Amino acid sequence: MTRSMRLVLDVWRQKGPKDPGGFVRYEAPDISPDMSFLEMLDVVNEGLTERGEEPIAFDHDCREGICGSCGVVIDGRPHGPLTATTTCQLHMRHFQDGDHVTIEPWRARAFPVIKDLVVDRSALDRIIRAGGYISIRTGSAPEANDVPVPKPDAEVAMDAAACIGCGACVAACPNASASLFLAAKLGHLHLLPQGLPEKDDRVRTMVSAMDAQGFGHCTNHRECEAVCPKGIGVAFIARMNRDFLIASVASRHEVMAHRRR
Amino acid sequence: MQRAIALYDTSVGKKAVMAVSGAVMFGFVVGHLLGNLQVYLGPAALNGYAEHLQALKPLLWLVRFTLLAAIVLHLLSAHQLWVRGWFARGRRRYRVERSAATTYAGRTMWMSGPLILLFLLYHLAHFTFPGLAMSVGYAHSIGDVYANVVNGFSVWWVAVLYLAAQACLGLHLYHGGASMLQTLGLDHPRFGGVAQGIAKPLAIMIWLGNSSIPVAVLAGLAR
Repeated sequence: MTRSMRLVLDVWRQKGPKDPGGFVRYEAPDISPDMSFLEMLDVVNEGLTERGEEPIAFDHDCREGICGSCGVVIDGRPHGPLTATTTCQLHMRHFQDGDHVTIEPWRARAFPVIKDLVVDRSALDRIIRAGGYISIRTGSAPEANDVPVPKPDAEVAMDAAACIGCGACVAACPNASASLFLAAKLGHLHLLPQGLPEKDDRVRTMVSAMDAQGFGHCTNHRECEAVCPKGIGVAFIARMNRDFLIASVASRHEVMAHRRR
Repeated sequence: MQRAIALYDTSVGKKAVMAVSGAVMFGFVVGHLLGNLQVYLGPAALNGYAEHLQALKPLLWLVRFTLLAAIVLHLLSAHQLWVRGWFARGRRRYRVERSAATTYAGRTMWMSGPLILLFLLYHLAHFTFPGLAMSVGYAHSIGDVYANVVNGFSVWWVAVLYLAAQACLGLHLYHGGASMLQTLGLDHPRFGGVAQGIAKPLAIMIWLGNSSIPVAVLAGLAR
C-alpha cells in the first residue's frame, strides 16, 4: 500500500459560457500516487457531491490516451508536466505530497468555455469539414495491396495520424494557432497516395478554414510540439507551409478552392 | 494578382511575405557586415570599397528600393499578424504562464524588431545623412568612411548604442533566420537539418562581427 498524498488545487470554475468564472481552492486529501490526474479529480468530485456542491466539469472519455477528449492546463502546461502524455495518463506519482496545483481550461478565442474546464473544440471539426477527408467512391473494401505505399511514407503518415485532436497545441500556442493540428491532418493524408489527387485544394481550403475559425498564425516557438501528447513535430508544419505555398502559386484549380470554402 | 491577394489573405501567406522580406534583409545584413569588416584592412581598403559601391549607382538604388520594399512588407505583415494572434489568444489569459520550448530571442521578437527599426533610423542619420544625429566631437568627412567610423565610435555612448542595437539584431536573426526556413517549408530531410543548423550560428556570427567594430575602435585597435 503506497502512502497517500494531499494536494491543494486552484480550479477554474465557470457556471456557463456567459459566467465570468474564477478560481476556487479545493483540498484533495487521501490521493493515491497510483491514481491518474482525472481519477484524482473524480475523488475531489465525490467529496463535492457528498457536500451537495456542484462537481467540477471536465472532458474525458477513453482514459487510455487515445480519444483526445481530456485535457486541462496544469500549472501552465497543457496536459501537465509529463511530455507526450495526455491528462488521463498522467499519474499522481509525478506530483509531490503537499503540492499546490493550478488547473485551467484550454484558453483560445476559438475554444469558448462551456463549463468549468470543458471547452468547445468544434472549431477543429469545422477545419476537418473543410477538406480533411478523401472524396472516394464508397462500396466494398478494396484489396489491401491494390495501392502500394512505401514503408517510410507509411511510417511518417502514421506519426501524423497519431493526432487525437485534443487541442493542446492551440492551448499552448502564444497565438492560439491550430497549425500543428492542421499540419498533422494534412501530413497524414498527403503522405498517402489516396490523399494526393485533392492535395492542392485541400491544403488551401483547410488553411483558410483555420483562419476563418479564429485561430492565430504560427510564430515557430515550438510550444505545440513540446506539449503534444502524441509527440507530433513541427516538421509537419513546414511541410504544410510548403504544400500551401506551392498550391497557392501553381494550382490549376481556381474554382474548386473557392467552392469548398 | 487575384491569387496573390488570396494568398496574402491567409495567415500562412502573410508569414511567407514576412519570411521572404526577412530573407532579403538577412542577406543585406550579411553583405553589410562583410563590407564593414574591411575596416580591419585599413583606411585604403574600406574607402576604396565605399568608392566602388558609389560607382555602381543604378545597382545601389535597385538594392535600396528592394530593401525599402522589404522593410515595408515586413512591418505590414508583422503588424497584421500580431493583431491576428493577439485576437486569437482571446481576452482571458492563463493565470500560470509557462513556456515549454520557446527561446528568449523568440519571445522578444515583437520588441527587438521595433528597436532595430529605431536604430536603423539613427544609423542612417549618423552615417548617411550626417548632421541629424551629430555627437560632440564627431566630424563627418565625405569620402573618408574609415575616419567617420573611428570618429563615430570614439564617442562612448554612440558605441554603447550600437552594441545594444547589435544585440537586438542578433536576437532577432537568431529566431528569425531559422523561423524563415520553417515558414517557407524548407526543411527537407536532406538539407533542412543543415539549413536550420547554419541559421542560428550565422546569427551569432553576425552579432559578433558587427559588435567587434565599435569594440575595436574603443579599444584603440582602429585609428
